[in-house]
Amino acid sequence: MSAGIDLENVCCDFGTFRAVDNANVSIKPGEFFSFLGPSGCGKTTILRMVSGFIEPTEGVIRIGGEDVRGKRPNQRPTALIFQNLALFPLMPIWENITFGLEVRGVDKATRRRRAEELLQLVDLHGAADKMVSQLSGGQKQRVAIARALAVEPQVMLLDEPLSALDLKLRQHMRAELRAIQQRTGVTFIYITHDQGEALAMSDRVGVMSQGRIQQIADPREIYNNPVNGFVASFVGENNIFKGEVQQVADGMASFATPQGTFRARLGDLAGRDGKLYVRPEHTLISATAAAENSVPVTISDISFEGNFISVHAVSDSGAVLSAELRNDGSATMPEKGAKAYMSFDPARAAILPDANVRS
Amino acid sequence: MQDLLRRYGPGLTLIMALMVAFWLLMLVIIPNMTLFEQSFRPYLPVTEVGGPRDTYSFNNYLKVFDGSIERSFLGFTFTIPVHVLTFWLTIWYSMVVTVMCFLLAYPLAYYMAKIVNPRSLPTLILLLFIPLWVSEVLRAFAWWIILAFRGPLNWLLLNLGLIEDPIRWTNMGYTGVVIGLVYTYVLFMLFPIYNAIQSLDTNQIEAAEDLGAPWWKIHWRIVLPHSKPGIASGSVMVFMLSAGSLLVPSILGSTTSQWFTQTINQWFNDALDWNTASAYAFLLLLLCTLFVSLAMWVFRVKLSDIAK
Repeated sequence: MSAGIDLENVCCDFGTFRAVDNANVSIKPGEFFSFLGPSGCGKTTILRMVSGFIEPTEGVIRIGGEDVRGKRPNQRPTALIFQNLALFPLMPIWENITFGLEVRGVDKATRRRRAEELLQLVDLHGAADKMVSQLSGGQKQRVAIARALAVEPQVMLLDEPLSALDLKLRQHMRAELRAIQQRTGVTFIYITHDQGEALAMSDRVGVMSQGRIQQIADPREIYNNPVNGFVASFVGENNIFKGEVQQVADGMASFATPQGTFRARLGDLAGRDGKLYVRPEHTLISATAAAENSVPVTISDISFEGNFISVHAVSDSGAVLSAELRNDGSATMPEKGAKAYMSFDPARAAILPDANVRS
Repeated sequence: MQDLLRRYGPGLTLIMALMVAFWLLMLVIIPNMTLFEQSFRPYLPVTEVGGPRDTYSFNNYLKVFDGSIERSFLGFTFTIPVHVLTFWLTIWYSMVVTVMCFLLAYPLAYYMAKIVNPRSLPTLILLLFIPLWVSEVLRAFAWWIILAFRGPLNWLLLNLGLIEDPIRWTNMGYTGVVIGLVYTYVLFMLFPIYNAIQSLDTNQIEAAEDLGAPWWKIHWRIVLPHSKPGIASGSVMVFMLSAGSLLVPSILGSTTSQWFTQTINQWFNDALDWNTASAYAFLLLLLCTLFVSLAMWVFRVKLSDIAK
């Protein structure tokens, strides 16, 4: 019913441009796997290689253990949901949904019945005879999902399908997609540039930049233990300090910066220069200096975000820092222009290399 | 109109409006009305024009039913007025031309719209357009040379070993006429279809393929339905232009091919009977329009689709 996907040393070149560089990933059957990255990072190229619209320049793609090189999209057990959905506007909804069955020679009565079942599954009963233009954005979304599910694919490929929806609907469809995935047990490969989507829905996330997969891990690991600066800054916010590693002991290092010397976890620098990353929600504000990792600052701006309060400050040496306070009513609000100290726990800060890119 | 006034002022707007009115009135409406009026009057010596015999009737129109000949078709033998036969043959071969133009234009239009590298598209379009810069007469004569008994086409086919003896292309009924008309009007089919296919979202083609559709199914269910308005407008143009062409049938016609426009031309220039000629011309216009409307109804094409 669902198949795993393996990419082994997959590269894809467009002329002299390398869109995907040596991708290795093993996606388990029934997994919800997301590729997360900015536009142009090669995530869509990976999707198109898996679906068969592009052949990899090098490397092997296996679907359910079988090498799919040379197979056209219509011969692969995958179904792709396009970013613009690509519904067929000249067919009614039920024909849209069962187009894949029509192609396989299924008779009309069976197709019609199957369309009703699938519409039920995506919570859209009664829309069978409508035309695509009569549906709202979210409904079109569901039709696209139903159309892909109709051919009983072993792998569903989704190319930023929620990007055209408004925020509320997007959040609702996230939950819906996740539910459909769990109900059907089909392997989902999801492409997005929205970190919130990737973290909320996925079993595992592969973060990409400039054609390279930077890190593959579950969402918590990605957020809490990014392997490099790109992953840290693409997934969430950071206060970043430039400096040099000095003494190292037990995975902790002291790091000399213009703002002072800090202690933090040492990531896998592999001989490269690194920067110190700490999340704003792990950055504390206090009136007096903390024992270590403390920076004297002047509060420059406070923005009230509802569930949290974002405090921006400038250090004496000109570095811009920010901290997030939970709006739980307990914290005393700092005042704009006030002098304060920002500090962080060494275990919550990491010294990481920059992104893994081709030199 | 408001827009024109605001942009060019009353003087220039008036001149433009007058020029359009002149074009419509003097070059389209009045000549046609004059011929239409003449078509109901008998062909009389100059001295009797306006006299007692100069009355309105349908006699000129009814002349198409004169002079029956015997024909057999699919084993049936029947008599048919010679001009009616010419008319039906004109309609039939215009349809053949339309279908052949479609068969040639559709794959090329698809190739241009969806497959070819966009950088080489201008070159391709230029190559298609260059022949149009040559006068239609010269192009028809060029085909006359190509199709000649000892011409390049026979030479090629002989040397390829496809035929044993040269073929008399221009003496095989309507063959020469059809070839000439297809060549002359194929671009009128190509560009509407190209425009229609170009507006099709490529993702839809890919989605259909991803859902397992073979190439012919993609064309049958996705590309063809989408390009229907383009096909319709191309077909109407090719059909009307073919049925109304005089030049190509005159140059590439054989002894056994008679085009209805040639019949009209004979009334005008050989018989000098402008009245009957006008009647025949309006008959052609009317019946072709009816025929096209019928075809549009059969294929469920709306006029607004074509105007797009």
